[in-house]
Amino acid sequence: MTTARSLAGASSSPSGGGGPAIALRGVVKRFGGLAAVDGLDLEVPAGICLGLLGPNGAGKSTTMRMLTAQALADEGTIEVLGHPIPRESKRARAQMGVVPQQDNLDEELTARENLEVFARLYRVPRAGRRAAVDAALALAHLTGRQHTRVDDLSGGMRRRLLIARGLVHRPRLVLLDEPTVGLDPQLRAELWGLIDALRAGGTTVLMSTHYIEEAERLADECALMSHGRVTARGTPADLIARHAGSSVVEHYGPPERLAEVESLARAAGLPTRRTGPSVSVLRAESIPDSLADALGPDGVRRAANLEDVFVVLTGEQVD
Amino acid sequence: MTAVEPAEAASGPPPRHRIELAALQGTWRHELALFRRYWRSQSFASMFEPTFMMLAFGYGFGSLMAVIGDYRYLDFVGTGMVGTAALFTSVFPGMFNAYIRRVFQHTYDAMLATPLDVHELVTGEVTWIAAKSSVYGCAPLIVAMAFGLDPSAGMLLVPLIVFVTALGFGLLGMWTSTIVPSINSFDYVITGVVTPLFLVAGTFFPISALPGWVHVAAQFNPLLHCVELVRHAVFGVRPLADAGHFGVLLLFAALMWVLAVRGMRRRLIG
Ligand SMILES: Nc1ncnc2c1ncn2[C@@H]1O[C@H](COP(=O)(O)OP(=O)(O)O)[C@@H](O)[C@H]1O
Ligand SMILES: [Mg+2]
Repeated sequence: MTTARSLAGASSSPSGGGGPAIALRGVVKRFGGLAAVDGLDLEVPAGICLGLLGPNGAGKSTTMRMLTAQALADEGTIEVLGHPIPRESKRARAQMGVVPQQDNLDEELTARENLEVFARLYRVPRAGRRAAVDAALALAHLTGRQHTRVDDLSGGMRRRLLIARGLVHRPRLVLLDEPTVGLDPQLRAELWGLIDALRAGGTTVLMSTHYIEEAERLADECALMSHGRVTARGTPADLIARHAGSSVVEHYGPPERLAEVESLARAAGLPTRRTGPSVSVLRAESIPDSLADALGPDGVRRAANLEDVFVVLTGEQVD
Repeated sequence: MTAVEPAEAASGPPPRHRIELAALQGTWRHELALFRRYWRSQSFASMFEPTFMMLAFGYGFGSLMAVIGDYRYLDFVGTGMVGTAALFTSVFPGMFNAYIRRVFQHTYDAMLATPLDVHELVTGEVTWIAAKSSVYGCAPLIVAMAFGLDPSAGMLLVPLIVFVTALGFGLLGMWTSTIVPSINSFDYVITGVVTPLFLVAGTFFPISALPGWVHVAAQFNPLLHCVELVRHAVFGVRPLADAGHFGVLLLFAALMWVLAVRGMRRRLIG
């Protein structure tokens, strides 16, 4: 992925000089009576990929839209690349690339035309525009399909083009809102390669997702978002160690058995989670011998993962 | 974007009315890409519609009432149709493009994630529409010349008159696109607003033929002022009156700009 790297390699230190790429403080956004974002504090240091992990409706997209001033916060302060938002939003937008959750490519235009228009909108200087478009096409593996109208491209190609469109001006900061939602596993893996290369090139990435595996694979740090605020923050390993321990024991059995395991574990102060036909006891490494005897030998031990953290902290099931 | 604002203004609304040329160029680049695809059908319609109308009206009424006031009927209709072309080639793209790109295609959403603000988007879109109108608006004059209208130097002013008229009507269309609850509601706008504007502007018959109160109401129709200006440009400028007509068109465009920007901002920025 050399093209991805060269396209992403435009990063330099933020204008504030070493400040965070994104800083939200006490941000509230209401829609009618609903607080979609509810006292959000979030800092994204320059140069990392931060996974914004949360269930549907947690407020991830609303947060993304506030960063481009396409939604205006009711309370709190926002800074992007050292620029206060929305006051200096335009200057921030010039240096950031946005890949929205909802595909908004111009279907009537070809892949190349879409990129040409956005190279212009992002004010890529005339001399470099053609090369920028070529590089973005190569990045999206669409050089051979550049003259195809978007409505004739496959879903995967459209997604790649959508990402490439947000990178055509070599932004210092990229916002990816659920970049692989609805894609099959193969296409997802392909996009992961693309995002990984971007991060390796030094671009700051804020990526929202409700796929745990995606965050685990790509994010240097994760912020767990639930009901409009961040409930936990750290590296995936950090979060797992803090909220799920090092190992988990899964017990299978009839409902009565599962309920019994649950109450035993809770009585000992250990978090549990239900997954279909099983109950998992988290922090299994700290199960006392007395409890281990009571739980019985039928448990299957495995390493704790980010999904355990997600479920314990958000109370949501994973799809 | 040169002045650094005091920190306490940081969370306030962004500066509203500064328009950067680079931002407009971005919207024009988008329009150009689309125009390359659709110029044939668009140009065909704009050239042939006035031709057919001229033929129909010219041979239909023309033989009956060969003269209106000081004008040959065909000359009257030919110049009047510049006004209808200015109206139709601006208000319809204003309504439909703005609605489709905002609601169905989400193109505006994508564009606003780049260094482009809503008022620049509106300005870029409408200046493109008006530039196109100023070209298409001349089509009826060319057709009329084929039907015997004498060329005159004043005709060179027509593209400018149409441009300013189309700014106003294009913006009117964009504004209504932010009001209608669905794309089908444009039917009401067309029947209730666009058609009366088009009928009561002295395009196909002089408004003096209408009842007195309509005559008064027609003064508020910007299209009437456009048509008057076009006729004077073609047949003889009347400086004082024409300054007034032009002023009305400018005022209309300015008012519509404010309303269109406000409406679009309300719809696009959450
Ligand atoms: N424009 C809007 N109007 C009203 N409610 C909205 C709007 N946008 C988002 N919401 C609501 O705000 C909450 C958060 O939505 P969103 O930010 O899209 O969450 P996520 O991206 O994490 O799934 C949801 O309950 C959603 O229905
Ligand atoms: Mg979302």
